[in-house]
Amino acid sequence: MQQWEAVIGIETHAQLATQAKIFSGSPIAFGAEPNLQANAIDIALPGVLPVLNRAAVECAIRFGLAVGGKIAPRSVFARKNYFYPDLPKGYQISQYELPVVVGGSLLIPAGESDKEIRLTRAHLEEDAGKSLHEGAGQHFRGCSGIDLNRAGTPLLEIVSEPDMRSAIEAVAYAKALHALVRWIGICDGNMQEGSFRCDANVSVRPAGRQEFGTRREIKNLNSFRFLQQAIDYEIQWQIATLEDGGRIGQATVLFDPETGETRSMRSKEDAHDYRYFPDPDLLPLVIEESWIAEIRAQLPELPAAKRERLIADYGLPAYDAKVLTASLDIAKYFETAVTVAGAAHAKTCANWVMVDLAARLNREGREIGESPVSAQQLGSLIARIADGTLSTSLAREVFDALWTGQGASADEVIAARGLQQISDSTELEKLIDDVLSGSASLVAEFRSGKEKAFNALVGQTMKATRGKANPQRVSELLRRKLG
Amino acid sequence: MIERSLREIASSLAERRISSVELTRLYLDRIARHNPALNAFITIDEEASLAQARAADERLRRGDAGPLTGIPIAHKDIFCSEGWLTTCGSRMLANFVSPYDASVIARFRAAGAVLLGKTNMDEFAMGSSNETSFFGPVRNPWDLTRVPGGSSGGSAAAVAARLAPAATGTDTGGSIRQPAALCNLTGMKPTYGVVSRYGMIAFASSLDQGGPLARSAEDCAVMLSAMAGFDDRDSTSLDRPAEDFFRDLVSDRGSRPLSGLRIGLPAEFFDAGCDREIIELVDAAVADYRRLGAETVSISLPNMRLSVPAYYVIAPAEASSNLARFDGVRYGYRAAEYHDLIDMYRKTRAQGFGAEVKRRILIGTYVLSHGYYDAYYLQAQRIRRLIANDFAEAFRQCDVIAGPTSPTTAFRLGEKAADPVQMYLSDIYTIAVNLAGLPAVSIPCGFAAGLPAGLQLIGNYFTEARLLDVAHRYQMVTGWHLQHPRGFDSED
Repeated sequence: MQQWEAVIGIETHAQLATQAKIFSGSPIAFGAEPNLQANAIDIALPGVLPVLNRAAVECAIRFGLAVGGKIAPRSVFARKNYFYPDLPKGYQISQYELPVVVGGSLLIPAGESDKEIRLTRAHLEEDAGKSLHEGAGQHFRGCSGIDLNRAGTPLLEIVSEPDMRSAIEAVAYAKALHALVRWIGICDGNMQEGSFRCDANVSVRPAGRQEFGTRREIKNLNSFRFLQQAIDYEIQWQIATLEDGGRIGQATVLFDPETGETRSMRSKEDAHDYRYFPDPDLLPLVIEESWIAEIRAQLPELPAAKRERLIADYGLPAYDAKVLTASLDIAKYFETAVTVAGAAHAKTCANWVMVDLAARLNREGREIGESPVSAQQLGSLIARIADGTLSTSLAREVFDALWTGQGASADEVIAARGLQQISDSTELEKLIDDVLSGSASLVAEFRSGKEKAFNALVGQTMKATRGKANPQRVSELLRRKLG
Repeated sequence: MIERSLREIASSLAERRISSVELTRLYLDRIARHNPALNAFITIDEEASLAQARAADERLRRGDAGPLTGIPIAHKDIFCSEGWLTTCGSRMLANFVSPYDASVIARFRAAGAVLLGKTNMDEFAMGSSNETSFFGPVRNPWDLTRVPGGSSGGSAAAVAARLAPAATGTDTGGSIRQPAALCNLTGMKPTYGVVSRYGMIAFASSLDQGGPLARSAEDCAVMLSAMAGFDDRDSTSLDRPAEDFFRDLVSDRGSRPLSGLRIGLPAEFFDAGCDREIIELVDAAVADYRRLGAETVSISLPNMRLSVPAYYVIAPAEASSNLARFDGVRYGYRAAEYHDLIDMYRKTRAQGFGAEVKRRILIGTYVLSHGYYDAYYLQAQRIRRLIANDFAEAFRQCDVIAGPTSPTTAFRLGEKAADPVQMYLSDIYTIAVNLAGLPAVSIPCGFAAGLPAGLQLIGNYFTEARLLDVAHRYQMVTGWHLQHPRGFDSED
């Protein structure tokens, strides 16, 4: 049986998180009424001209620095010419021969170790508008509607080298890239709204062969699941085609989530000739070293570096470090909580963030940035666990109170509810005496050697204090009294 | 009144000897009388113009007036003007009322000038005779059987016939200077980037530049002071301090005011391709310059012969892309009947564009196509650099380059319309200037068989003030620019 190897490269369009469009100054908020965020430039009136939004360039520089790529001192905007109703100028302004970022790489988890995926380039371009065809809404009977709100939205197109060998690796790459662009704040990563979409170039070759097979490009995959399904299907289809003695023709294909299949949109023969040429309305983009240095200084600590530091500084397990660096928001939350709780309690903080907080956020469908319990609040809560004021179960109650807004801080909730753990021996001894005198049968059972009865007595005591007793003190005292 | 300079008109207005409304009405009446013979204007809106004139009079009354307040100015119909039909000479935009002002229009509005009307032009500025306009050809006031030149032919004919005191034009390969020469006007193409292109409908973005068409260098200086200046809406606009282009013109420097000026005469400008009579007129003008104190040096622009072929690659390439937005989807002309999207595009563009525009779109599409780009577009860009280097070399030896503006005087309507290459060659002396991005002015230098001829003066980058001064000193001692065509005389 012939062994096959898949070769995959990914092109990603990340919508940049700027306030305004890349060449027109229009706002880019999602979901506005059609064409209300399109000005004279976006609708390409006669005579209008583009002016580059420097904030978009800044995003590209941030990205280039984050992936260790080279920021081109001079890059050029080019026109990509084709006719389509949602492309108002009849050309898209993009970068072609000279992109703003060259090279760089990204680490993805691959089995035990990490694998490096090289990047070819990243370039700035504008998005097109949207065509709403008949059936898309009640407005368009017998015609298509054009919404130019999206036209001119800044995009960073990030092109990888064909370094991935499976759909799993491709998804790992897409996820790592997705996390990174959000981490450095250049893209909101909202895949449903199209802020982050991938095209996958897929080919297969007999294992061990150097030359690449003919590739087909799967367009516009806007979820990790579709990315995986589409690539898996495409690989199987290409292998089956070749094993049947067929040939793969270079083509652009679409993935149909309904059937899970890819189907050809156009072959190489009907590929457009885009007639790229430098846009004479825009000067070459010149990026001074000083601008790069300025942006470098503002760049947050990157995920890989932060992961290593969490392990080194706090002694966290690698797994925890990975979970806590899934996004910049999580990492920031964790580090703030640790600062308040004290570095010695980092592991407790990690557990709370990864388990209790994560579960609650998950249940309510919230992002960590929207957590009703702030990192400071959680940090002080953990400090009260650490100093023995709260038991874990009391801490959960306080957490719940903070979550529902019944108190500004852990200390306030503790004071208001009298939730301090009872550790005072005299008070506890009195309580235990009461429990023992009321549970003669349990005492007898214990004395006859049933260890279970001891736990029941602890439980009785805890119940009598409504959970406020320090359980460790309770068992010490019980043992002494019973022993 | 109609022979007065812009400065004189401004004083008359300031001194309340005439109101802007009276002045505007005077020109509107002249347009009503003479435009049918000339076809210089596409759009006249008397009410809109008079409303602006009333506002200008108010400003004049308040004493809040600048050099152009209250003066009616005609604008080439390539400049988007809010509330005005802006057609670019094309059926494609025959119904397009602009919702915004071009930066140039906004500057004239802010200066209080009155928008007198929108002038006829070659369709999308593609032409050298004003015969490609959807609105019909413009006729030369010096001979109604002849062309006024193009593409700013309507502006040139209007100012030459005194239907407007001055006008704007645009110059991509000679479209201000050549009609200026053919109509006995002074017309200037500034350094690329001096006048904002925002709202000026693009033909070839890297070559297009707005400028004035007027009766004298002095008037051009007044016009250019209003038009020039940095505009953050045009990325190719140059961020330079505002300049008073009039400043050099007023100094008294005696009888040899151009002492020390070195005028370069390129051998390539005085070859067999140019009419003998024109060469003689240019030679005579150069002799006048020597009398004004200038010295002359022989120079060479060896790559100039390549300028027309390079231009007819670069300009159509950019045009093919610039004109892609005219697709019938959002504004402008759309074919009445079509059966699908592609058919709509095809019919809209087939019916909306004229033959010359289509020819250039086809050429441009071809030279940018895969497999041809390097051989044509890149090669043309290399030639462009060589031509710019030729000029840089020449300006080491001289301050101003002089030669004919056009190889012929005004030709007859239809004479070259059938032969595009002949037509393209009428810009042979002007195109290189656009390729290099330099400023140049054309001034009247005499008549051949009753038709005006133009002297072209080319300067180094940002020497507009110097060029206008050099032109002005000539006009102080000669009277060619004061000649005006018969049949359009004042109040007759």
